[in-house]
Amino acid sequence: MEIKLKRYNDTVTMVKRCFMLSKRNPDTLLTSIMLPALMMLLFVSLFGNLVHVGDTSYVNYIVPGVLLQCVGQCSSTTAIMMNKDVTSGIMNRFCTLPIKNLSILNGHILEALVRNLLTSVIVLLVAVLLGFRPSINLMDWGIVLILLAGIILALSWLSIAVGITVNSAEGASALSALAIILPYLSSGFVPTETLPKVMRVFADYQPMTPIIDTMRNALLGNPLEIDVCIIALLWCVGLVVVFYFLSLVLFKNRMNK
Amino acid sequence: MSKLEIAIWVSNLKKCYQNKDVLKDVSFSVPAGTIYALLGSNGAGKTTTIRILTTQMKADSGEMKIEGYNVSKQPQKVHEVIRLTGQFSAVDEVLTGKENLIIMGRLCHLPNPEKRADELLDYFELSVSANQIVSTYSGGMKRKLDIAMSLVGNPKVIFLDEPTTGLDPQSRHSMWKIIKELNRAGVTIFLTTQYLEEAEQLADKIAILDKGVIIAEGTPEELKSYLPQGVIQFLFEDRETLEKAKSLMGDYKTSSIPKEYKLTVVTDGKADTLAQIFSRFYQNKVSIHTFSQLTPNLEDAFLTMIAEREEENQWRSS
Repeated sequence: MEIKLKRYNDTVTMVKRCFMLSKRNPDTLLTSIMLPALMMLLFVSLFGNLVHVGDTSYVNYIVPGVLLQCVGQCSSTTAIMMNKDVTSGIMNRFCTLPIKNLSILNGHILEALVRNLLTSVIVLLVAVLLGFRPSINLMDWGIVLILLAGIILALSWLSIAVGITVNSAEGASALSALAIILPYLSSGFVPTETLPKVMRVFADYQPMTPIIDTMRNALLGNPLEIDVCIIALLWCVGLVVVFYFLSLVLFKNRMNK
Repeated sequence: MSKLEIAIWVSNLKKCYQNKDVLKDVSFSVPAGTIYALLGSNGAGKTTTIRILTTQMKADSGEMKIEGYNVSKQPQKVHEVIRLTGQFSAVDEVLTGKENLIIMGRLCHLPNPEKRADELLDYFELSVSANQIVSTYSGGMKRKLDIAMSLVGNPKVIFLDEPTTGLDPQSRHSMWKIIKELNRAGVTIFLTTQYLEEAEQLADKIAILDKGVIIAEGTPEELKSYLPQGVIQFLFEDRETLEKAKSLMGDYKTSSIPKEYKLTVVTDGKADTLAQIFSRFYQNKVSIHTFSQLTPNLEDAFLTMIAEREEENQWRSS
């Protein structure tokens, strides 16, 4: 007897599953919606009058930094979800189904991408309420979107790798510490020239700085520095590739253990 | 018998893990439509066997076929005919029972996942809780849902890794019923268990796995027949009587627990022999407090076999 099977796309099924999971997770609401709004509000109201960053207002200056911090925070949700999958029996079940293992990982990544973009919209809306006045050039927004998607994918694949490696959800959530600290040690909140020597060297050469600088210029409609823009893009692509292959190797090792 | 009637076929399976021989040389075959139980204590290699058969782990050597498909060379084909219910719950706790089943149905590419989910919820008497999230379920309900998840795509072979570990007696009995019914519907079931009673209740054939080696295989009746029949246990009033009784039983195999005044006598189980023992006690004025006849169960068979193997090893190494 031949039963005609409807072709469900496994990746789409997995994305839907991840959405259902993150929707029921109270932590998601906090990290995806409340945290970005609070961070924006805190920074602008606490330091807005103290910090002077050239010819623009502080809220205009910190939007990219807060965006990246929130993306990092949101990624730790992915690390925790992935960790739950590999530490419970459900991954063993998925791995013995007639589906490709990659669609399981892709499900997590795509869900993270959509969730992070939504969070970013919230950050931008709060920023606008606080006086942020971005460029209205479509080209500028295109660059922001590309870089944002790039760093989201990079951090999401990193989260997958971390989620696979660590043994508990507590370990997985440690990733958010990195996500908070890295933007501080960049041009995200203060110009790097004002940082102490050691931190400044680190800040100048870490991926967050070119990404934040390019996004800031694009958001404010300033002329782009092409070389910084290319470095930012290269960082994104490089990190995505590295963390992608790392995740695949780690996943294979973990599941064959 | 043609090859296709064998659901699982394993030959000379070996696996070394972290410098330890987990499976030394395991061979067995499971006819389609039967229940096969792999019985053993913790660390015997049961889960490793399941992990290798379900393609999650590679064997060091050996050949395995499931429904005619080579496990190491055609894993995707194997995935289409098997389902696994592992030792640990494999459902999304924050989703409802129905949502879990629907996701599974989509991943199995069913034409109508919702319908299949409802059927299974009905079958496992979970319909009432269908729309509650799984973390509110009892242990028994979770286990049922776990099994239901494995049935979504109508598999031919189901692997159950310790299906009743951690369940209360009532849930255990209903799980046994479910497993038997599945088997009646034609599904081949391969299960592992630490409980002899479970293997005895369910399996058509039992293999006893000890330290990576199958030390015995057969139907529950065959395994029981390894045991001496007609073991009688006497309880006496005091130590003195026990010692006297023991000396009278010199020509039988006995064991005693002096503190509890207990004496166990192994006989051939014939009525005449029993009469002889009792009359000997009576003539020598040995008063018996109580006595009982022990029927051999698989537990004894299991322990005897493992003990014999250990003795043998000690004898060999000395």
